[in-house]
Amino acid sequence: MKKAYLMGNEAIGLGALAAGVNLVSGYPGTPSTEVLETIAAHNDDGRIHVEWSTNEKAGMETAAGAAYAGARTLVTMKQVGLNVATDPLMSLAYIGVEGGMVVLVADDPGPISSQTEQDTRTFARYAKLPCFDPSSVQEAYDMIQEAFEFSEKYHTPVLFRPTTRVDHGYASITIKTPAEYTRHEPKGFARDPGRWVIFPRLSLRAHGAIEHRNAELTQVSSLYERNRLIPAARPVIRSGIVAQGVSWTYLAEALHEFRSEHASELPRQLKIAMPFPFPEELAVEFMHDLDEILCIEELDPVIERELTYICGKYHLPVRIRGKLTGDITAAGENTRDSVYAAVVKFMDWQAAPARTLPQPPLAVVRPPVLCAGCPHRASFYAVKLAMKGQKCLFAGDIGCYTLGNAMPLDMVDTCLCMGAGLGIAQGIRAADPGTKCFAFVGDSTFFAAAIPGAINGVYNQADFILVVLDNSTTAMTGHQPHPGTGHTMMGEVVEKVSIEKTLAGIGIKTIRTVDPLDLEKAVATVRDVAAEPGVKAIIFRSPCIALVTPRGRAHIDADQCRQCKKCIREIGCPGIVIEQGRVTIDASQCTGCGLCSEICPFDAIDVTLDPRGVRLKAKGWPPRQPAAGRQDSADSKGGDQ
Amino acid sequence: MQKNIILTGVGGQGTVLASKLIAAASLAKGYEVMSAETIGMAQKGGSVFSHLRVGDELYSPMIRRGTADLLLAFEPAEAVRMLPYLKPDGTLVVSSHPIMPVTAALSGTDYTGSEMIEYLKREVSDIHVFDGAAAASEIGNPKALNVIMLGAALASGALDFLTADDLLTAIRAKVKPQFVALNERALRYASEKGI
Repeated sequence: MKKAYLMGNEAIGLGALAAGVNLVSGYPGTPSTEVLETIAAHNDDGRIHVEWSTNEKAGMETAAGAAYAGARTLVTMKQVGLNVATDPLMSLAYIGVEGGMVVLVADDPGPISSQTEQDTRTFARYAKLPCFDPSSVQEAYDMIQEAFEFSEKYHTPVLFRPTTRVDHGYASITIKTPAEYTRHEPKGFARDPGRWVIFPRLSLRAHGAIEHRNAELTQVSSLYERNRLIPAARPVIRSGIVAQGVSWTYLAEALHEFRSEHASELPRQLKIAMPFPFPEELAVEFMHDLDEILCIEELDPVIERELTYICGKYHLPVRIRGKLTGDITAAGENTRDSVYAAVVKFMDWQAAPARTLPQPPLAVVRPPVLCAGCPHRASFYAVKLAMKGQKCLFAGDIGCYTLGNAMPLDMVDTCLCMGAGLGIAQGIRAADPGTKCFAFVGDSTFFAAAIPGAINGVYNQADFILVVLDNSTTAMTGHQPHPGTGHTMMGEVVEKVSIEKTLAGIGIKTIRTVDPLDLEKAVATVRDVAAEPGVKAIIFRSPCIALVTPRGRAHIDADQCRQCKKCIREIGCPGIVIEQGRVTIDASQCTGCGLCSEICPFDAIDVTLDPRGVRLKAKGWPPRQPAAGRQDSADSKGGDQ
Repeated sequence: MQKNIILTGVGGQGTVLASKLIAAASLAKGYEVMSAETIGMAQKGGSVFSHLRVGDELYSPMIRRGTADLLLAFEPAEAVRMLPYLKPDGTLVVSSHPIMPVTAALSGTDYTGSEMIEYLKREVSDIHVFDGAAAASEIGNPKALNVIMLGAALASGALDFLTADDLLTAIRAKVKPQFVALNERALRYASEKGI
């Protein structure tokens, strides 16, 4: 054993290594991404198969296949990724596994960087799969190892659902040394069509067996030591508080603050670490002789509903408070402050005096924006110029380029989920034929989710312009490789999957590739392509500025500049600022993309190009540096990893 | 012992590394540490913060409002944003140099930073203000800001569980050898200038 200061996701990755994981797959998505990256960074001998899959469904199926063959497998994704992988997982719940298989789904209360506030604990009940819900970095490390054991013991995939504050929290924790790791050797796939081929007859049998097993697992869950009952300070106390995940740690902090003032009044507490199958016997024990219970949980009122159900089943006269009674917020994350306030109110204690601050002099808002020099800005601007005056629909998608919605670009009319923009564009065009419909999609999203939509358009005679914003990386989640990058997480250099050839293979006749930073050519290309009928495609190809050295730097000629601010009004680049009333290039941000110089009506902006040209920044791409690597300087700017 | 520290600034200013340096120095002295920081979309030119807790009996990395011992702010508007976290007698170390939001360039908002500093001076008694950007250019590297801010926090007395040597050891382990001397100068800047 040793101590280490780790991010929750690093701890989970190391926990999987300690459990002898043989295969890890997944698709990047905040807040889950670092788990797989940590495992890849510790896979120098290549003993573990680690892959970024094209999407979550592919990742789920790969992990399932390996688990059929007895491997211990982990598949990682964020909560909306589980929607993509739901089809294989629902059936896999019936089929089961041979080797331990953990499905890591990171939930995002808030939501901080997600489209939905869905709760994987609710999904667990729907899919009838056991679910582990860690509350801290240390617990996440220990629990993922238990999850593998549990999965293997009961021959079922299990869900492991940390939330953002566990994934991205840091703590000094106790971990195993590699010498203490479990070694697990897959036995190989044993052919048995009666077990591995899903048919209605098998499904009926499996369904019955699962219901029977889950009924038994409520007892196992009651004995699981992380489902923890803490007695009240005195037996006469008739209040209880139940919590899960990070809310449990917020509860611990709140009660710690009152540990001396209300030492003899501390309530009975219950932590739920396995919400499904729910620890029914333990819950009955917890509720015995209580008058009132407060349920503190995030996302769905899973525990609250379970307790309400158990109260009815066992005729327990307990009043249950929580989300359904308005005592805990229905949407958004819990905080130290919200849990403190809920506990104070529930226990009828006196809150520490809070200080009210006067209104600040002005509100300085900093919405996220596309980086200075980001090629997406140029792509959106080219389409905007080319289509000026025409009735258009700009369907966006999931990635950095969703930020194209910000003023002044204002080029995203819709955004739904990964790859949805293609279908949305087709549907709007069908319902509103006078509109030119564009679907913008990033390169990683293209491979993950856009190809069926493109085929749908070709087959069903749609009329829209597919715009692939190819910056040669999965930028939003911290620059992961994908099928178009020519690199794998095993460190191999492989043939790139070509977006052009993929589209041509589908039958799209007009496919034009253009550098968006060449504004004139980009605008002309959009005009030409948009005028054609049917499904046609433009690929704007220019690397993410975080991957390459700057082209150069822009300068403003003070004599030529008339301070018209057109550059600022048109493209909203963070590299152009106003200092002492004058338009100025922020040299620390400018990458010399030159877009502003093409816009300036007075030729006041020049770009000095770096004579060395544009070079790859990241050495040894793809990044496989150890998690606690050295940094180039005392600068932590590093994208969104 | 328990210290609650909030670091805040604008994405790219180096708050995350400053937080990591305090954490590393604290861990080396045998303290327990927990922290949490902004990750993801909000980093892109947005407001960023770290919650950092050092000491005994920690359950969560998050800090409750009104309980931070130190607010280390790299930018005045961000100091104002996170001020509710500072306890009434807590220490505020803030750089007075404003970072203009992109929206300010668009809308022509006249944010100068000085209105924020005046507000902070009215609300906080233990406040330490200096121009971090000017200090960094004096040191010779804009990226030295985070270590200059660390030095100012140390000079304020709010990091009394650490010494300059503890932080220097952490810096040496984190940065390339050619940047060590620069960072040493940056760390000592505040105490030498009497900030």
